[in-house]
Amino acid sequence: MVAAIEVRGLRKSYESLEAVRGIDLSIAAGEVFALLGPNGAGKTTTVEILEGHRVRSGGDVTVLGHDPGRHERELRERMGIVLQQTGVDEYLTVREIVTMVAGYYPRPMDPAVAIDLAGLGEQADRRVNKLSGGQKRRVDLAVALAGDPELLFLDEPTTGFDPSARRQAWETIRGLAGLGKTILLTTHFMDEAQYLANRLAIMADGVIVATGTPAELIGASSSRSTVTFGLSDGVEPPSELDARPTGVGWTIETDQPTGLLHDLTGWAIAGGHALEGLQVTRQSLEDVYLELTSAEGEADA
Amino acid sequence: MSSAMLALRQVRYENRSFWRNPAAAFFTFAFPLLFMVIFNVLFGAGAGRFFTPAIMVFGVVTATFTNLAMTVTMARDNGILKRVRGTPLPAWAYLAGRIGHAVLIAFVLVVIVGAAGALFYEVPVPWASVPAMLVVLIVSAAAFSALGLALTGVIPNADASPAIVNAVVLPVLFVSNVFIQMDNAPDWLNTVSLWLPVRHFADAMIGLYRAGADTSVPWTAVGIVALWGVIGVAIAIRFFSWEPRR
Repeated sequence: MVAAIEVRGLRKSYESLEAVRGIDLSIAAGEVFALLGPNGAGKTTTVEILEGHRVRSGGDVTVLGHDPGRHERELRERMGIVLQQTGVDEYLTVREIVTMVAGYYPRPMDPAVAIDLAGLGEQADRRVNKLSGGQKRRVDLAVALAGDPELLFLDEPTTGFDPSARRQAWETIRGLAGLGKTILLTTHFMDEAQYLANRLAIMADGVIVATGTPAELIGASSSRSTVTFGLSDGVEPPSELDARPTGVGWTIETDQPTGLLHDLTGWAIAGGHALEGLQVTRQSLEDVYLELTSAEGEADA
Repeated sequence: MSSAMLALRQVRYENRSFWRNPAAAFFTFAFPLLFMVIFNVLFGAGAGRFFTPAIMVFGVVTATFTNLAMTVTMARDNGILKRVRGTPLPAWAYLAGRIGHAVLIAFVLVVIVGAAGALFYEVPVPWASVPAMLVVLIVSAAAFSALGLALTGVIPNADASPAIVNAVVLPVLFVSNVFIQMDNAPDWLNTVSLWLPVRHFADAMIGLYRAGADTSVPWTAVGIVALWGVIGVAIAIRFFSWEPRR
């Protein structure tokens, strides 16, 4: 596989702050890669260096064989960018804007196709200032697609969307991946990364704390399960089960859920206690993420 | 598509967008005319001979310098500039598109003011001076556009732009023979104003508008305005920013 993006030892410091502190990334052509992390982790700084919007302080970066720091036109002709915050001339219609931008590229996408892919077919001839917030975000995507890019940067593409709009956006992004486009997306939603990405990297405090496929990340972290249940007032589970009160009930973390459940239910039946809302959950990507990023956050504080 | 074609295409899109905000378009043209009426009322009969070319100068400076400094900082705040920078459109083609549209508006304004002078204030258009006036207008419109872009490098964000732009442009207009004739000004103020570009633009236009005027191009004035334009380009290249500072 050809690498679309190669990053070695990337660093970026602002006056007093080191936003990115030496990261490595390798993203293959045709891959959907998610960069995950809380606000301030350095995701946007990283992506904006790859897009050519920021100058790096150190490290090597190659995007489609070019150094984005040189801001070459040939590279910009092959990529599409959805920034976290952007604007367009709101007095123009969706079709006019996409047609205008398509004209900048040597091999553009048919504007009507780009507009349909972004899910704006119905709004194509409306002025942007008449669109809703979610629709405006789709204009960003249509504009990014106008040049028929090989590589697409999506910086928090669904932040601020309602759940159904997010679902729609996900289907759109999956469709684009199906067209063979390389996609680098940033998000702070676990489910989004899990649903869309072939591989992901979790960033916290300027470094990558974990990288791999979603399945690998969950597996590598542990095979731990969480058992939760409620008990009537005044009743406490036996201390050898190591249960923690949560305020509304109890929770036990374990590597052996089968044995634990046997002990717990045996104790409950023997004592005549009801285990209200008994639940066993495998650790999710979200737990892995929270564990990794909060550890970093605490070390920092 | 060649970059020059792309720049022309940007002018077309700018123009389309401009006319879709009719209130803004109306006041762009009404504002200088309003000043023309007020000054003619205040200064009485015969003032039109001075104020017709003076308001043309005011219109050109407003449509290029003021307008670009304000709309480009607005576009920068809205993220429009940053988006353009991520596309293959060359930066100069985008800016040339904006300047092209500003110059177009400036010329429409000049025609409107000239027509108003001829129709309402008995100041016939000095047709023999028109070729020389075109040279003055083209150089000045380009120079004030460049200076407007240069100023955006100093303006941190769009909230600050009206205050900064007005603080720069209004004092200069007041001492440059545009709103008030400089005949009775103290020497030192005259000297200061002769260092600034608007004074030379205004003197050139007023001179060419006089009945029986010398119709040759006032090259000294044009040269000084052009020099200011070059300074503007240099500052713009050095300090132009694609993102707002907060």
